[in-house]
Amino acid sequence: MPNYFTDNSDIQFHFKNFDSEQVREVISLFEENYTESLHYNFAPVSFEDAMENYRAVLEVVGDLSANFIEPRAAGVDELGAVFVDGKVSYAEGTKKNLQQLAQADLMGMILPRKYGGLNFPFFIYMVAVEMVSRADASLMNLFGLQDIADTIRKFGGEELAEEFLPKFSTGEFTGAMALTEPDAGSDLQAVKLSAYQNEKGEWFLRGVKRFITNGNGEVLLVLARSESGSKDGRGLSLFVCYGDETVKVRRIEHKLGIHGSPTCELQFNDTPCKLVGTRRMGLIKYVLDLMFRARAGVSAQALGISQAAYEEALKYAKEREQFGKPIINLPVVANILMDMRVTLESNRSLLYSTAIMVDLKEKLEEVIENLKKEGKPFAETNARLKNVTRLANLLTPMAKYIVTEASNKITYDALQIHGGTGYMREFKVERLARDARITNIYEGTSQLQIVAAASGVFSDVLVDFIAKKEAKSYDSGLTRLQNFLKDIRIIFNECVKYVLDKKDPVFQDVAAKDLVELYSYLYVGYLLLDEAEKDSRKRFIANRFIINSLSHAKRNAESIKDELFSDILHSHEILI
Amino acid sequence: MFRSIVMVKQVPDTANISGSVMKEDGTVNRSKLPAIFNNEDRVALEFALQVKDKFGGTVTAITMGPQRASDILRECLYMGADSVYLISDRKFAGADTLATSYVLSEAIKKTGEYDLVFAGRQAIDGDTAQVGPQTAEKLNLPQVTYVEEILEMTDTHAKIRRKIDGGYEIVKAKFPFLLTVLKDAAEPRPFSAKRVMAYKGAKSLMDLEKLTEGNSLLYTDTLRHEYEEKNLFIPTLTMDELKLDADRCGIKGSPTKVHKVDSVILGGGNHIMVEPTREGLEKLIDQLLADHIFG
Repeated sequence: MPNYFTDNSDIQFHFKNFDSEQVREVISLFEENYTESLHYNFAPVSFEDAMENYRAVLEVVGDLSANFIEPRAAGVDELGAVFVDGKVSYAEGTKKNLQQLAQADLMGMILPRKYGGLNFPFFIYMVAVEMVSRADASLMNLFGLQDIADTIRKFGGEELAEEFLPKFSTGEFTGAMALTEPDAGSDLQAVKLSAYQNEKGEWFLRGVKRFITNGNGEVLLVLARSESGSKDGRGLSLFVCYGDETVKVRRIEHKLGIHGSPTCELQFNDTPCKLVGTRRMGLIKYVLDLMFRARAGVSAQALGISQAAYEEALKYAKEREQFGKPIINLPVVANILMDMRVTLESNRSLLYSTAIMVDLKEKLEEVIENLKKEGKPFAETNARLKNVTRLANLLTPMAKYIVTEASNKITYDALQIHGGTGYMREFKVERLARDARITNIYEGTSQLQIVAAASGVFSDVLVDFIAKKEAKSYDSGLTRLQNFLKDIRIIFNECVKYVLDKKDPVFQDVAAKDLVELYSYLYVGYLLLDEAEKDSRKRFIANRFIINSLSHAKRNAESIKDELFSDILHSHEILI
Repeated sequence: MFRSIVMVKQVPDTANISGSVMKEDGTVNRSKLPAIFNNEDRVALEFALQVKDKFGGTVTAITMGPQRASDILRECLYMGADSVYLISDRKFAGADTLATSYVLSEAIKKTGEYDLVFAGRQAIDGDTAQVGPQTAEKLNLPQVTYVEEILEMTDTHAKIRRKIDGGYEIVKAKFPFLLTVLKDAAEPRPFSAKRVMAYKGAKSLMDLEKLTEGNSLLYTDTLRHEYEEKNLFIPTLTMDELKLDADRCGIKGSPTKVHKVDSVILGGGNHIMVEPTREGLEKLIDQLLADHIFG
């Protein structure tokens, strides 16, 4: 029986190397002194036991994904979620998937044990999301919404957590995050849906939301304008409500991909709701916080699709014979596959390290809260948190940009390797190409991710990380690659200086894309270099990635310095 | 509230057979094969768990087998079994269905009162479908085989649909009774993550003996005590504990003697083209009658 966890040698490699100082710290923050083992027989008693738990549970996810979810995925894509008589119903396969995920206790992986969850770190959850997405990308949009429950807990307080979380854990509730409106997509500051209070101070929602993934869910987290007359993000608050009869699903969208996940237009007709946290903090604090995990989640979805596409392409290239031999023996085909594989593995390194940073950020925030409550000094932890937050602020949008764009490229190449066959509906690869297409759009388009990552790039938040790696002595084979990365660092510095010296915000906006890419080469390049120290096969991955990065870096630098983007001022003359 | 017992078996993964698995005496060299949970037994466990979900009660899984059979008992715990027993003794080796059903029936008696005994229809290694029925006989229980669905349950009896040639029949059985289930009767539930974490370290007496082997600092009895404290000990029943008649156990108690094992290869011979006409079909039927395939 195939298993997406135990069979995936790259995930196994990472799992083995999760034994780092950073991971140990994250886990010890999650399992403070392992005291929960006194109350829950499934709570770990030590770091080793925690890792064993993660391994055992990921094996369950890998089995479910490979042997149950994947075989239903084509049917889910074919039928999709449907909208009949004002009601949304999932495809049969989706229903079965949700039932099994709930039976396996996997719907509350990241929720605390006292609410029925498993209390797993976010980075372990990302491994699970990746495997589920590899089996059926559309299922991620239901399985991957556990952050919604966690956001209720984090900002809504104990009472709301007790009301909602236990039923998320059992799978009785699925959630939706209702942010987007017809006129507020990327620009969420324009949200209009109104939240108002009656004389008793109870809140109600009125208005329309659009493109809401799983908008038919039992619990909705809604961004609404609570301060009438306000115009920007500071007038928005976050609310939680039930998807009861006052929430009308007006339609569901017919989409290019992820058919199993219903995308709803919702009308709130004086829907009773509860305020989450503090007024006016909805967008500027809570949604931004939720975005860390949501972006990483979509990256994991994209990575899962990439893995599936790579597997399909590899299998096909081995089976398909042309010119008297399997096409994998044609150098041009092997070369495409190698590019796909190197991208896949480098994406995984980027995503996992990002997710670990997000864990660290969240846990340090909790530590500080607790220190404050106890009246203890927290300046030192706070300084660390600031640093970690800056890194997470850079890495999450960077990872989303890189990994989701790569997923489109990998599915594109996988289809190409299939030739005409890949264009046919009978083959899985066309579904993967369709499913991948949304990942670089929702939870913030690639263009927005670049904007989000840019400030961290311009302020060089990786300066210490890179300096440490540049000072490190690698063995002779890897020193050559380290030198290439040092070259990229020089190119990067020159480009940033060039762009900043121009003092032209328009030019800066457009050049940001190349600079974010350049910066990602450096970060991922060093991750791969460290991996290559541990595993000789990884040297090939680092080698191709870094040499490729250097040539891209040179090209990025040239387009910046040759003033490729200067004509942006003439766009109105060009775009006729 | 029903107390259910499920008989489960670890079997060689016959879908993944490699060379040298048959021993010269015609029995299977199990150590050469990857071992898995017999599919229909997993369905039987699912059936028992569904009864528990609907009507309350407990589910106990038992298996007879060597040390590594505790793998599937852990899997039973992961799926939701309340308790499990390993029945294991070197003297049980080489048992046929008669000896196996003797040991199992005595073990079932030892575990206390029960309402239902579940088993898969048959195991993929022996394919005899005898252990379930023989165990029922030795326990003096009514048996319902080839079960597809439990339609109704009251305090005293159950209404059950069982498969028969060309259709099904519905029977009523009084508790306690034994039933054997078919592969497609239910879809086994996935492992529960919480139970996997809670019971991943569960060990049988044989598992503990293996741990202490070659380690003079460890004592099985001390370990056993520790595991019992943590609720992670898989109770293990040996021949002595069950006070069994040695002559009825293992190879000694097994009248089945494998005379010879042949690997039969069905060769593709000549084939005959049948015209899709009335005459064509008549000719085909005549031929099938002549070959004693029909009639």
